Amino acid sequence: MISAIDVFTLVCVAAGAIFFLAGTVGLLRFPDTLTRLHALTKADNLGLGLIVIGLLPRVDSVTAGIKLICIWALVLFASALVSQLIGRAARREELDQ
Amino acid sequence: MNVMPWAGALVAVLLLALALWVIVVRSTFAAVVGFVAYGIILSLVWMLLHAPDIALTEVAIGSGLTGVLLLGAGSRLRGTEGNENAHAPGAVVRVVAALLCAAVTVGLALTVLLLPEPAPSLAPLAAANLYRTELGNPVTAVLIAFRATDTMLEVVVLLLALVGAWSLAPDRLWGGYPGLRHHADPNGMLVYAARRLPPLGIIVALYLFYAGSNSPGGEFQSATVLAAMWLLAMLAGVTHAPPTAALRVRALLVMGSTVFLVVGVVGMFTAGAFLAYPEGWAKVFILAIEVPVTLSIAVALGMLMAGAPERTVPA
Repeated sequence: MISAIDVFTLVCVAAGAIFFLAGTVGLLRFPDTLTRLHALTKADNLGLGLIVIGLLPRVDSVTAGIKLICIWALVLFASALVSQLIGRAARREELDQ
Repeated sequence: MNVMPWAGALVAVLLLALALWVIVVRSTFAAVVGFVAYGIILSLVWMLLHAPDIALTEVAIGSGLTGVLLLGAGSRLRGTEGNENAHAPGAVVRVVAALLCAAVTVGLALTVLLLPEPAPSLAPLAAANLYRTELGNPVTAVLIAFRATDTMLEVVVLLLALVGAWSLAPDRLWGGYPGLRHHADPNGMLVYAARRLPPLGIIVALYLFYAGSNSPGGEFQSATVLAAMWLLAMLAGVTHAPPTAALRVRALLVMGSTVFLVVGVVGMFTAGAFLAYPEGWAKVFILAIEVPVTLSIAVALGMLMAGAPERTVPA
């Protein structure tokens, strides 16, 4: 028997997985560095976010839930930082040419 | 339906594909990126095998730290890479290399297949004596109590690796400042991150250290996080690597191995064997080793990533 919580988890994690899939397709298909970054950040922000939200009702303890949210926040911070750095490097290379 | 075998198969295929990529790809940079991804997938394998301690170490040291070192090496080789690729080894060398690699693979596969079933194991003995170490995590107990000699030698090996890296410097620069340079914009995101992230990183490192006694974690993982935070600050130009001749750096570097040795010798007199802990004092002795060892590993890893001395003045 599938409960409401199971449905919620299934929907959220599946939606998150779709964002990861779309991000990967974008990474492979888009023409230049900046558009590829645009595709990737969606996977990190929304994809991981949806997966974390989907898993939240299933955690054993409050600390485990907080850990999951912290992981998401750290990935958000890291992905914002890294895309900014890569974007900057790509722009510098463009100007040099 | 049990999905674990499928997940295992998928991860195994990914792992082999990435390994192939690292070998086949021409550009050093692409190979390093492949190697980092390989390490992350390998840590998933350890998770699937219920070995979270090894997974943590693999992702932190095997993938993250080694990846940074290889990236640095790769960027140094970029100038000569095209020249090197133009002089590809001949067919004979390639065939011999392929045959040797195949022989090693077959040898490893045979060894694994010929292992006795059930495999000889000291695990029950370790588990039965876990209470005597006053630790909850059997992996930590093996690392710091039952096989503490191995861990001590690992710390010494790390020190030797650092001396090896430093030895690449010419005589006149010996004891100078490490080669790491930063190109960060003082108002950029990297500097912001280098100011905001280390406090959080230090908390995570302390947690990993503390968690190690009862659950996955420990001094190597904790030290890697500390070293990563230090590297972030160095890369952003918020701080610079100290000269390799600095007394405080060298003191911190040898502190771990020294304390390890001293505790080991104390064990000879109080508990009858090198690195044995007297009954009831195990936790105290273990903590006395772990704290300085963690600091020493963190400084050694940070200095290793900062590189060999290249300047006599700070960058």
